[in-house]
Amino acid sequence: MAFIKQYISEVFGAVRSLWKGMRTTGRYFVRPKEIITQQYPDNRDTLVLPERFRGEVVMPHDENNEHACTGCTACELACPNGTIKIITKFDITPEGKKKKALDTFIYHLELCTMCNLCIEACPTDAIKMAKNFEHSVYDRSKLTKRLNKPGSKIREGIE
Amino acid sequence: MYSETQILKEASAGDIDGGELVINVGPQHPATHGVLHLVITLQGETIKKIEPHLGYIHRSIEKMCESLSYRQFIYVTSRMDYLSAHINNHACALCVEKGLQVEVPPRAKVIRVLMDELTRIASHELWLGAMAMDLGAFTPFFYAFREREAINEIMEETCGARLTMNYMVPGGVMFDLHPNFQKKVKAFITQFKKKVVEFDDLVTNNIIFQNRMKGIGVLSKEDAISYGCTGPVARASGVHCDIRKIYPYEIYDQLEFDEITESAGDSFARYMVRVREMHQSAKIIEQLIDNIPEGDYQAKTKAVLKLPKGEFYSRVETARGELGVYIVSEGGTTPYRIKFRSPGFSNLSALDHIARGGKIGDLMATMGTLDLVIPDIDR
Repeated sequence: MAFIKQYISEVFGAVRSLWKGMRTTGRYFVRPKEIITQQYPDNRDTLVLPERFRGEVVMPHDENNEHACTGCTACELACPNGTIKIITKFDITPEGKKKKALDTFIYHLELCTMCNLCIEACPTDAIKMAKNFEHSVYDRSKLTKRLNKPGSKIREGIE
Repeated sequence: MYSETQILKEASAGDIDGGELVINVGPQHPATHGVLHLVITLQGETIKKIEPHLGYIHRSIEKMCESLSYRQFIYVTSRMDYLSAHINNHACALCVEKGLQVEVPPRAKVIRVLMDELTRIASHELWLGAMAMDLGAFTPFFYAFREREAINEIMEETCGARLTMNYMVPGGVMFDLHPNFQKKVKAFITQFKKKVVEFDDLVTNNIIFQNRMKGIGVLSKEDAISYGCTGPVARASGVHCDIRKIYPYEIYDQLEFDEITESAGDSFARYMVRVREMHQSAKIIEQLIDNIPEGDYQAKTKAVLKLPKGEFYSRVETARGELGVYIVSEGGTTPYRIKFRSPGFSNLSALDHIARGGKIGDLMATMGTLDLVIPDIDR
């Protein structure tokens, strides 16, 4: 008899606890405003990313097509994955001296883990992290990028 | 002709078809979180032996670290236990600081502890959802992810990334806190306290859930110690092993919080330890959020870090247990040898012992409460 009593009370207890859980679910069912699901990618226009978000490495250029990279390879040395490859050249200054300058800044996005160590290492703030995070492409070679624009040169006064 | 009872008797003795049945759970299986491969020997429905096969996600992180400098190797450890990435990075930063003899500024210490505890809550929230999903309850997963999303947004704003933050550097943290940080954390704590009751209604007080957890997968105190279990798994068996209490690092010795232990050692005890730990983490955050000291967030360190010749060890309490980082330095810019003592590996080693003799249906409850993260086990 005691067994049956316990069995019945267990069944009722289970139904009651199930009902409690369903009540919580039901409350959200009738209050869709409390649901926080984001409708990506439909909300692309209103999507706000924090300013520190790390999406990819970019090199900002000003209106004169000038950047701040001296080609010192500090970022290349700081990178743990070999993401950055810097090719330097020698400019001839007006005084006739040879000066090291950036030729090509190659960035392998497919190897990058967005660890931010290159940005920390850069002494002239020439590179920064951009917010773009939609990186999928059909061809892998498109992920290898050249960051300094063609014809760009170093800004005056940066050593 | 056999009678029904005779058939049942012989089936339970394993004679009907020659005895044991070997099945593979994983490496691709919805109930194992990740690529865990278990070779299970069954007799009827009873588990005779469990043999975990590892190596599916081995990336040789320890070997990789030997070729990276002391600044670079920290980011790799986010990829071990990716749910407590902050705490992994913290352990490495602590070990390097020990070697460099750098004093971390008080502001950085507080930021680190705040981030650690937020990570712990996020990790336990994800575990809670995944655990309920293992047992067939799908809804709690989304409720848990709602709380976790709030933490992820805080992380994204201050650290710049959601999962693999790489926020800890030797000597402090990478950036200062975002101006919105305090406001957002306070809002999260209020919301967390209000909404955590929903889990009690949905999962904890559910009789069906309790019946599937209580008395399942019992791990005794002696076995927990001998298998080297740490973290919530050992604390559910009554072992006092919280590194934050027994070997306090950073500012944990000045904080007020309880070490959560249970005595039962079954799946439900492990479940309750984690749920109650989230409240303790919230308590720590509440103590610190209004008392963040002003000052530097990073100590001055040299551009190229060189550890003196010798051996260095540091340990922290991650969401899963004790993580130890052991560095052997020859005096150069890269470590000679690095060893990580990960909590998941030792906790997995106890699985065979606690599941043996149980039913295969109960294995998911046992495995779920061990909170295994496979990249942490394989490294």
